[in-house]
Amino acid sequence: MKSKRFEALAARPVNKDGFVQEWPEVGLIAMNSPFDPKPSIKIENGVVTELDGKARAEFDMLDSFIADHAINLDGAERVMAMDSLDIARKLVDINVSRKEILDMTLCMTPAKLVDVVNKLSIVEIMMAMTKMRARKMPSNQCHVTNVKDNPIQIAADAAEAGIRGFDEMETTVGIARYAPFNAMSLLIGAQVGRQGVLTQCALEEATELQLGMRGFTTYAETISVYGTEPVFMDGDDTPYSKAFLASCYASRGLKMRFTSGTGSEVQMGYAEGKSMLYLEARCLAITKGAGVQGTQNGSVSCIGVPAGVPGGIRAVAAENLIAMLLDLECTSSNDQTFTHSDLRRVARSVPQFFSGTDFICSGYSATPNYDNMFAGSNWDAEDFDDWNIIQRDMRIDGGLQPVKEEDVIRIRNKAARALQGVFRELGLPAITDEEVEAATYANGSKDMPDRNVNEDLKAIEEMMARKVTGVDFVKALEKAGFPDVADGVFGMLKQRVAGDYLHTSAILDENFHVMSAVNEPNDYHGPMTGYQISEERWNEIKNISQAIRPEDI
Amino acid sequence: MTFDEKVLRSFIEEIIAEMAAQEEKGKSPKPSITDEVIKLELTESGTAPKGAASDEVVVGLAPAFGVYQTKTILGIPHDKVLREILAGIEEEGMKWRIIKVYRTSDVSFIAHDAAEYSGSGIGIGIQSKGTTVIHQKNLPPLSNLELFSQAPLIDLATYRQIGKNAAKYAKGEAPTPVPVRNDQMARPAYQAIAALLHIKETEHVDNNKKPQSVAVAFK
Repeated sequence: MKSKRFEALAARPVNKDGFVQEWPEVGLIAMNSPFDPKPSIKIENGVVTELDGKARAEFDMLDSFIADHAINLDGAERVMAMDSLDIARKLVDINVSRKEILDMTLCMTPAKLVDVVNKLSIVEIMMAMTKMRARKMPSNQCHVTNVKDNPIQIAADAAEAGIRGFDEMETTVGIARYAPFNAMSLLIGAQVGRQGVLTQCALEEATELQLGMRGFTTYAETISVYGTEPVFMDGDDTPYSKAFLASCYASRGLKMRFTSGTGSEVQMGYAEGKSMLYLEARCLAITKGAGVQGTQNGSVSCIGVPAGVPGGIRAVAAENLIAMLLDLECTSSNDQTFTHSDLRRVARSVPQFFSGTDFICSGYSATPNYDNMFAGSNWDAEDFDDWNIIQRDMRIDGGLQPVKEEDVIRIRNKAARALQGVFRELGLPAITDEEVEAATYANGSKDMPDRNVNEDLKAIEEMMARKVTGVDFVKALEKAGFPDVADGVFGMLKQRVAGDYLHTSAILDENFHVMSAVNEPNDYHGPMTGYQISEERWNEIKNISQAIRPEDI
Repeated sequence: MTFDEKVLRSFIEEIIAEMAAQEEKGKSPKPSITDEVIKLELTESGTAPKGAASDEVVVGLAPAFGVYQTKTILGIPHDKVLREILAGIEEEGMKWRIIKVYRTSDVSFIAHDAAEYSGSGIGIGIQSKGTTVIHQKNLPPLSNLELFSQAPLIDLATYRQIGKNAAKYAKGEAPTPVPVRNDQMARPAYQAIAALLHIKETEHVDNNKKPQSVAVAFK
């Protein structure tokens, strides 16, 4: 006989997820692998001669980079000798300031950082996140993509995402050659939605840099680092080449962050038998050592790997915390599907959503998930009301606010028309009024007419050959009768010269005023301190149109 | 708009081929080859030469393909996958050549190696789990002409189309890219398994081994 209870359980969404047993020898273990090194450091004449149990002669290139660039050596021996449990307790002690914590954690080796966060429960990790996040106010980032690479839809979705509250937006491609259209459509659409929104396009790294230099994007995020030498080498890279790439962005005045996350090394087959969290701690040390202001981490696209093993989602929260302990901007993932279960996907986001991070999602899908070209996000456009109502339920600021249907229709239409004007002025394949109309009312690409893909690809090649830049978009917008949008794009280009938004955790308000860890540092030190939701902001969050007003009865 | 006869002819041929392909697809979801169990025999014959023939497309196989692993993440046997790709190339009147890439299990680099060894400069890279890339030799290794990153969504009809499009690029045409597919639930269902398959693929990487010429027999 079969149990009917078990039959019902077997049919639940969670049982469609993939789970695997731990396999420490290949690194298929979230934290605490028996093969992880024990924390140690030896410094002789200002040079690290031993790092996490390894003598300098045995260093691989990651160890060398970390030893030479990532650790604050003044005080390293003292901090490394401290009890990890004592440090863990200071992390959740409101009487120990963020600065006092950083004075310790910036002196630690990767294994020591892991040893400290290993001592924390998930709730304690959240308490530590609340204190250690770099910027005072939390924020959110979205993905704007579609399976057809339709530029008009990208512009309209970006504009809507702007009024919904996202401060950063990321696109990518189905077909790589579409990248310039996707990047410019996102840039223009975002400025229609709200001036000051940062935009990027995730691509092969040389192409991504080129689009940034030409003003098609205003920041970059997908510069990947890895926790073992063979994975770096698989991509023809080293920590040094990534640091060089980072300096290319800095020299052009472009905001950028690295990306890494638990599970990538085991996913790529070279985890060297170390736990996912230990390898991620190495990635974050490399990020710090390269002088980069921040990271997108939290397993990101490899989330199915830690989520498949015991304690994996706790490890993902712990890796976000380690980023914060290194004083990095933490853009905390929550951006990729990993489960069929709605319960699991909410639980996965609770640590970052409820504590607040610099960017809670590093890709909340601003489209339905079928259009999400990062292979689906943990949250999508059809969850907008759920997100807003969870903010209202818990009195938390997840970066979004409810919007009115008429405002969304108006802003989508304006973005589509602005892009139509830019295409016309730049001699690109025409955007028809039917396409503008469809983008105005669309939910996703199923509602959009098909474009002539080959004609678009040819026009893109030609546009790139004639060296079109962001300045040409400004001129085209002005000529096409959208001076305010031209101002927005121009305002973003000016940031590149001012450079203020290169500071840690920078976002811009609608007046292009930079808010970063420098001028808006997180000063949490217990109840009623740190970021507090203002009355004005609470009114934005709480006033959902679904709520019945007593005076209407 | 004016057409010369040659353009018109190739245009008509393309439509007929497309209709035939669609008809085939409509008939049955099964592959165009027989249902019998067909085994794949891959014989290596030394270091592969760089090709000079402009009418060839090189298919680069990942280290475990067809030998240590024999089917994709969807369970499609490797012989069927390879047959569809090769048939797609042949249908366009182009030649194929197969190499085995050992230095990496990264599909983008495998495809780029294939493109560098291809006389036409066009290569296809395929991993044992089924992930596939169409590449061109003058592109950065981590870019591509077409990328089929979600192995659980690649069926036999898509592999055929991949072969056809690669051949068209090799002929200097600009084919419409194979429509991109996306399934947000592929990761939850398959990522952990994909990691296991990739670990097992990577066990066969040999950094010092140059691409090998491969003869294929379908038995």
